Amino acid sequence: MKEKEIEDELVSIRSMMERSSKFISLSGLSGILAGVYALVGAGFAYDIIYNGIGDHQHSRNGHLFYIEETTLLSIALLVLLASLVTGYILTRNKAKRRNQPIWGNSSRALIFNMSVPLVAGGLLILTHIYRGHYGIVSPSCLIFYGLALVSASNFTFKDVRYLGMCEIVLGLIAACLPGYGLLFWAIGFGVLHIIYGSMMYFKYDR
Amino acid sequence: MKVPFEKLDKAFENRLRLQIMSVLMVNDRYDFNSLKELLDTTDGNLASHLKGLEKEEYIVVHKAFLGRKPNTTYEATERGKAAFKQHLDALEKLIKQQKLT
Repeated sequence: MKEKEIEDELVSIRSMMERSSKFISLSGLSGILAGVYALVGAGFAYDIIYNGIGDHQHSRNGHLFYIEETTLLSIALLVLLASLVTGYILTRNKAKRRNQPIWGNSSRALIFNMSVPLVAGGLLILTHIYRGHYGIVSPSCLIFYGLALVSASNFTFKDVRYLGMCEIVLGLIAACLPGYGLLFWAIGFGVLHIIYGSMMYFKYDR
Repeated sequence: MKVPFEKLDKAFENRLRLQIMSVLMVNDRYDFNSLKELLDTTDGNLASHLKGLEKEEYIVVHKAFLGRKPNTTYEATERGKAAFKQHLDALEKLIKQQKLT
């Protein structure tokens, strides 16, 4: 066997191991866009919470506060939805270019491992909102999202793990500093996504 | 200089077999259709090489049904995993020797 042949052999082994067990078509660009959506959403939320209250002194007790709460929740859902749709479209395009099926063993494993912490955390957060424990929302979002990323990182780029760790640390800090929830939420879902997305874009997408 | 050709496994001479084994090293089980898609090969070709690996007792076949559709999955045996590792070691040694000469 020639050296070239052996090297080809090893390259093919490596690529098969990676392609069969990891979903490597995640798009970096979608991370950047998700970060931008989150920042825009946080901007609107800031306006509603801090400027809104100034206009309506009585908003804390009663009707207006209820409206405010639903608006915030809708903004959050809108950001989530926009990020998911963008992520899906860009990832589908990248998967097509890389000849990797978007719905294969690896992407299924990725989604399952991500959903477990996300769904558990999401339900917990909703029950807290229902009871009026608003302070716990932002730290919990960050921590559960971070856990989801760490568990998903076994099935995609290793870099996702570092993003997950950062989100968890940020969430814990947010839990220690009540009152700055929105700020930490914006850093975690906005700034970190933009940084991570651009790193991934330059590392893998080009 | 002695070249350790005898350590290279004849069962892995074919590229497709080596790739099948690589997939089964990192996945507990893998099904036929996903293998076919991943390796970009034909039914007949894949089936014959899977048969070959099965004959060597490097893999085991699990047949099951998903609803009415047959769903065949494959799993590497301990024997197969050991053989694959040895094959990789042999390849590595070959490269090292050729770098020296």
